[in-house]
Amino acid sequence: MTDAPAATQHKVFSLSRVTAISSNTLLELVRLKVFYFMLLFALLIIGSSAFTAKFSFQEQFQVLKDVSLGAMSIFTWLLAVLSTAMLLPKDIEDRTLYTILAKPVPRFEYLLGKFLGVLLLLFIAISLMSAVFVLVLYTREQAALAEAAGGVPAELLQSELQQIRAGAFNANLLPGIVIIYLKAALCAALTLLLSTFASSWIFTIIISVVVYLIGHIQPIAREAYLASVTVTPLTKVFLALVSLIIPDLTALSLVDDIVVGNAIPMMMFAKTAALGGIYVGVYFLLGYFMFASKEL
Amino acid sequence: MNRRGVIVIGLLLVFGAVRMPFERQLEAEHRAAYFHGAQLDLGLREQIGQMAFLAALSGFRALVADGFYLHAHALWERTEWGRMKLNFDAVVALQPRCILFWDQAAWHMAYNASVAAFEDKKQPREALRIKARNEYWKLGEDFLIRGIANNPDNPTLYDRLGFLYREKYRDHCKSAELYAQCSRVKGAPGYARRFAAYELAQCPGHEREAYEKLRALYLEGQQEHLPTLLKWLGNLQEKLDIPAADRLNIPPSAHP
Repeated sequence: MTDAPAATQHKVFSLSRVTAISSNTLLELVRLKVFYFMLLFALLIIGSSAFTAKFSFQEQFQVLKDVSLGAMSIFTWLLAVLSTAMLLPKDIEDRTLYTILAKPVPRFEYLLGKFLGVLLLLFIAISLMSAVFVLVLYTREQAALAEAAGGVPAELLQSELQQIRAGAFNANLLPGIVIIYLKAALCAALTLLLSTFASSWIFTIIISVVVYLIGHIQPIAREAYLASVTVTPLTKVFLALVSLIIPDLTALSLVDDIVVGNAIPMMMFAKTAALGGIYVGVYFLLGYFMFASKEL
Repeated sequence: MNRRGVIVIGLLLVFGAVRMPFERQLEAEHRAAYFHGAQLDLGLREQIGQMAFLAALSGFRALVADGFYLHAHALWERTEWGRMKLNFDAVVALQPRCILFWDQAAWHMAYNASVAAFEDKKQPREALRIKARNEYWKLGEDFLIRGIANNPDNPTLYDRLGFLYREKYRDHCKSAELYAQCSRVKGAPGYARRFAAYELAQCPGHEREAYEKLRALYLEGQQEHLPTLLKWLGNLQEKLDIPAADRLNIPPSAHP
């Protein structure tokens, strides 16, 4: 008589379970055809190039960079909010959530897997958009270089070519793109937190959009709260609540200045990225705290 | 709201209190590095409208600025100078760190609009045409001065303002000052120091100072022995009556 096989010991935290959930989440999101926005993005930046064809190359590059990075910000934010807001309600509606949680999968792993799936989606989206952006910028740069080589007098050619290269891609854009990603991740984490106690995904989206808008003027409220100006106690309480609860999104809105050539020192970039990372971590953990006791 | 909801709000408040000093410090660092320089105030809201203002506030400043820039370009094509100026005011308020925008705004005002005003056939009185032209020069100058105030670390606008004083106002003293300032900024073009000296040579009462600067440039080596430099150096040697022993050997043909 052989011994019964020893039962596999259940781990408190399993990376493979989180990976399985996150890859499935990514697959579900991709099946929602969210990547159609890429077509819109490509059309937008190629269209903007055509629209500025009669401008000087400096103007063309400036508009192209502004439009591309602006579109990246908008699309990643929309993607983050919309996909995260529907994560939990969709799983509840499809009953997938019950199937998963009926198995020995802790709620923390489930939520982490879901959130990582969204972060992965955002990463793929921003990578694809960056690739399209760099490709279009490179094509325009080559066209401008060829045009200059054919039409600029020899004594001015070197400085003209140098100006074209300086006006096109520069390494400072990379930290800018990373910060766009972090801002989108923050919005995703915030939306996840909201969705853990919201009753509908529409409510989650609306509140998330409102917080996004207020987040960009939060520093004004903060400075007014900290300044020793005479305001009514009620106003003081309101300013304090806005300053303390709403995230400061201007700290992660550096791309408007980076795109015009502002250099971001490495230390400042690290601090800004750390702030973004901390926001994501804290909002996720608070979201889990709510989700852990949520009646499903 | 259940107990956990209250705890979450409490934790958010604690997190807010912890992050506040860090965020304030980071914001100060950002501002020191010329980030968040746009003045998004009520004046701008009236200028660009509610929706554009909201978009600018929501982190899409660059996109809104581009929209107004493209519109300003269309207004330039239609020679609507007044409206074009208002559009450029909005553009530079939204993107004060974009040299291109300041430069273009100043150029359209001081060069295109001023010439159009001076050659305006609908205005028969020359005095009024000159007045209008001078006003456009002033607007161009104003854009450049504000641009420099927002971008003191960039040499381009000093260069443009020096050029404006030289070509339009014929104010060589101010031009010399701007070129000298330009030459002190990192990344300044190589000609800035020379131009500062050339302009100083035409600034009454500063001939000796100009001579010293030109002489110093000349002594730097062959690369500085350019025709204009030789011309001004020769002229000043004559004008200041420099003793023969101290004079540099400039061929007379170089300073006719």
